[in-house]
Amino acid sequence: MSFLDRSHSIAKPGFNRWMVPPAALCIHLCIGQAYAFSVFNLPMTKLLGITASAAGDWNLAELGWIFSIGIFFLGTSAAVFGRWVEEGGPRKAMFAAGCCFGGGFLVSALGVYLHNLWIIYLGYGVLGGCGLGIGYISPVSTLIKWFPDRPGMATGMAIMGFGGAAFIASPLSVWLMSKFSTPTHIGVQETFITLGIVYFCFMMVGAAIVRIPAPGWKPEGYTPPVVEQKLITKNDVYVYDAIKTPQFWLIWWVLCLNVTAGIGVLGQASAMTQEMFPGKVSALAAAGFVGLLSLFNMAGRFFWASTSDYIGRKNTYFCFFAIGTVLYALVPWTGSIGSVAGFVICFLIIISMYGGGFATVPAYLKDMFGTRYVGAIHGWLITAWSAAGVFGPVLVNYIRQYQIDHGVPKADAYNITMYIMAGLLIIGFICNFMIKAVHHRFHMKPDHEALRGQVAVDAAGEPAGA
Amino acid sequence: MANETQRGTTTVELLLAWCFVGIPLAWGVIQTLENAMKLFQ
Repeated sequence: MSFLDRSHSIAKPGFNRWMVPPAALCIHLCIGQAYAFSVFNLPMTKLLGITASAAGDWNLAELGWIFSIGIFFLGTSAAVFGRWVEEGGPRKAMFAAGCCFGGGFLVSALGVYLHNLWIIYLGYGVLGGCGLGIGYISPVSTLIKWFPDRPGMATGMAIMGFGGAAFIASPLSVWLMSKFSTPTHIGVQETFITLGIVYFCFMMVGAAIVRIPAPGWKPEGYTPPVVEQKLITKNDVYVYDAIKTPQFWLIWWVLCLNVTAGIGVLGQASAMTQEMFPGKVSALAAAGFVGLLSLFNMAGRFFWASTSDYIGRKNTYFCFFAIGTVLYALVPWTGSIGSVAGFVICFLIIISMYGGGFATVPAYLKDMFGTRYVGAIHGWLITAWSAAGVFGPVLVNYIRQYQIDHGVPKADAYNITMYIMAGLLIIGFICNFMIKAVHHRFHMKPDHEALRGQVAVDAAGEPAGA
Repeated sequence: MANETQRGTTTVELLLAWCFVGIPLAWGVIQTLENAMKLFQ
């Protein structure tokens, strides 16, 4: 298995760096399937009854835990295995992610076959979740090292794949289930097996073509900026030192608040449009709106992350928080005047910035903490996503219900939520404003690196990778 | 220093790699766009 080692994935002269984004996309286009897992929920409530749920069939609440466990393990594994990913190299991490993610589907297929939900929790939830976490961070630092001139664009491209994966997974899963289903059987088990094998193979292609640059490599004609930029460090910060800095936690809140503002809306978009514009927006049109939101979520990841290479990371987040605040404050007004177009435009921009927040943050971390442990630090930061995944939907759902319970018409039930979201974005703006350069006492010293190298030699019997 | 124009990665390899990820993504985007068009009907 030595071909998986970091030392075996160093690029030879003549390797084209534009091979690395497709390698990263091979991973993210697979693991982003998680966003489309809900397509299995309804068929899995009828595995015994076939045409309708029967006694012993699982209910939606039980099935909802599969996704929640998966997302929990995404955050946990990204944090726990981040350093291993960084030191073992991208190929080993991508291989591990492929085994976990593909294997998670196969274990889940066994769970469906035995009709045991705990096996599915273990398969897709725990094993698949670890594949999600390791896979999500695996190409980040590699892309940043290959594209020192455009780190935002490079990571934005990969993370765009995560946002776009559901576009493939959703129709593919529905199609596979229709092919494997018979009048007496629902083809979830066979679909899981097929997806597990297909995703494993797809991710192995990524692992095979990924390379890390040779030490000292620079893009042709690239000269690092000579003028010192206050918020872009040339030093590295060790992962466990980075999480002790106030900058890490400020960026944690910046991401958490930006995601909270978007995620709640993303989950409720269909119901919200129909309730705010009764009689004007049909269920079919609302579904179209959700599709459009997903497209802007994906496109925003590339657009905003690429833009951040020109205007800077801090300014990009200032844009998210300032524009987002204005747009959230405008949403109730668009509802009051019955402007569906205004409502749609507001949310398309908001969702593009939600995706942009995810995609810009790896480059923000690189600016603050250097490239050496950026993937591992990113792993820790992903816990902000998990937290936002709880805050966002809870805020939107509970406040709406509270409003309705107190006699507010459904069309106006979201107004308070929108103003709260605007308020959260103002707090995010302040957090972003407070981010300053990391104090030099946190920077890695040459002796620190040498000591860590010696530990690796003692442990592995060979020098640590570049 | 590696030079991107040196022999090593061929254009065909590069094209294949991008098609491998680009074609499924484009297919998914088209499917989604077709559904999204219902908003304007």
